Amino acid sequence: MTLEKQPQTLSPQRRWGRLWEVLFKVLVLALLCAIGGLILFPALWMVSTALKPDTQVYVSPPVWIPNPIKWENFAHAWMLAPFTRYFVNTTLYTLAVVIGTVLSCSLAAYGFAKLRFPGRDFLFVVLLSTMMIPGMVTMIPQFILFSKLHWVGSYLPLVVPSYFAGPFFTFMLRQYFLTIPMELSEAAKVDGASDLWIWGRVILPLSTSALATVAIFTFEGTWNSYVGPLLYLNDEKLYTVQVGLQFFRTASEVQWQYLMAASLMVMLPVIVLFFAFQKYFVEGSSISSGVKG
Amino acid sequence: MARKPRMSALRRREALTGYLFIAPWLLGFLLVTAGPMLFSLYASFTNYDITSRFRWIGLENYRRLLFDDQFFWLSLGNTAFYAVFAVPLGIATGLTIAVLLNQKVPGQRVFRTVFYLPHVLTGVAVLLLWLWVFNPQFGPINVFLRLIGVQNPPLWFSDPNWAKPALIIMSMWGAAGGYLFYLAGLQGIPKQLYEAAQIDGASGFRQFLAVTVPMMSPVIFFKLIVGISGAMQYWESALIVSEGGKGGPSYSTLFYGLYMWQTAFGEYRMGYASAMAWILLLITLAITGLQLYFSKRWVYYEGEARR
Repeated sequence: MTLEKQPQTLSPQRRWGRLWEVLFKVLVLALLCAIGGLILFPALWMVSTALKPDTQVYVSPPVWIPNPIKWENFAHAWMLAPFTRYFVNTTLYTLAVVIGTVLSCSLAAYGFAKLRFPGRDFLFVVLLSTMMIPGMVTMIPQFILFSKLHWVGSYLPLVVPSYFAGPFFTFMLRQYFLTIPMELSEAAKVDGASDLWIWGRVILPLSTSALATVAIFTFEGTWNSYVGPLLYLNDEKLYTVQVGLQFFRTASEVQWQYLMAASLMVMLPVIVLFFAFQKYFVEGSSISSGVKG
Repeated sequence: MARKPRMSALRRREALTGYLFIAPWLLGFLLVTAGPMLFSLYASFTNYDITSRFRWIGLENYRRLLFDDQFFWLSLGNTAFYAVFAVPLGIATGLTIAVLLNQKVPGQRVFRTVFYLPHVLTGVAVLLLWLWVFNPQFGPINVFLRLIGVQNPPLWFSDPNWAKPALIIMSMWGAAGGYLFYLAGLQGIPKQLYEAAQIDGASGFRQFLAVTVPMMSPVIFFKLIVGISGAMQYWESALIVSEGGKGGPSYSTLFYGLYMWQTAFGEYRMGYASAMAWILLLITLAITGLQLYFSKRWVYYEGEARR
């Protein structure tokens, strides 16, 4: 397009080209809006249902804009099941897992990135290959292990493994630590600093964005996890929001407006997190999609 | 001469520190991955059911699975059906969005946020939302279908023929966020290729077919293989969506993982379920091996092209 310098007045052919370009952009924009609409419509349907009076939920054709808007559906749904307890449980559980993951993965990543020891590269290949093992393969023997330890019925089987540096985030942090120049840790070592000090005072402060990505992804994954809590928690007092929501739905035939209101409240923390830290989500998934797919 | 032993002492110290730092991973690998896996390999040759003692039965579990268990093949078939449709359709969704976003239209920021949103929304709440969207009577999808003249729209999750397609539509929604990956690929295509095509007088569509598609094909193929091995592990949604988590209606959503879950934690037939787990691991390894084989060929191909 930049091959020849254009005169001030455009040739007819050229003008058609311009018009076609504008039309093309409009078409692309229209398509993007259409896809965006398809993506948003289930979410809008959810919000709409959550705000409906019961007379407008089971009608066909559906009402999209509730009249009157029933904000009290949220309070009502919240009271129908012990959601306060579920939220407290899930928050504590998620925080414990996030702390464990960030701590253990960053320690192991420091070892793999900054220290030399025999067998390091071999062990790193082992770590990489464990990423391919389907979770279902380890799920059964882990359950047997935890039931022998009498941990079933507590949060221990859900929290303790997160303190054992999972391979994926260890790999991710190791790649990040490798970009921090060795000179920094060497200079600190000359000054007599221990590796633990360098890890905590040099490397971690320089890696806040990578650590934030790990924390946010772990938060999202843990908050939304369902199968693990379902398997290990058998006391209603211990339920997480996900398990609680499923039982809320099956225990009594709950009306859809309350189910959608409760679902929205369960999703809210992750949605807030997403809008607050969008940058890290995008960074993290561009790394993870390259590795994990 | 006196320096050497001191150096090695330093080295030894560093090695020891290194092992201490990776200890969380190493212990986890031994205690919650490798150890349990070896145990499950052993258990797969026994009739272990948590309460009884192990009784060695050799390959009996594997034989029963492959030759005597109709649900094994049914669930494997359901899973393969899901993988064969959900993965290419998911790639098509992500790729379409990426190609459109690559056209430098206004509103990029908003679109990027909206298209990524489904990626974040997972868990029980979203599955309940889809149950309501696909509700045969009041859900907006069937309302729309009736509006355009479909007399008897599908019952979706209550119809054995439509339960899997409904799950596949759900997965396409979630796959929209994959555009990030393809957009990075598209922006990596050298501009010169398009310029050369323009000089040759190729239309926009022609350029897409002759430049974009071939340049993106390794990315697409990579996603296809990785996606299929991931889809073989798909089942958790069916636990929520199917009635009572049993894979209904008529076992149409009995995926491999769901059958394994029921065998292990519904019936506590741990030995049998362990054998299922190992068969799944072998399938996953085979797919990964295939991917490595093909990715080697791409590298070779690119080297050839550059010459």
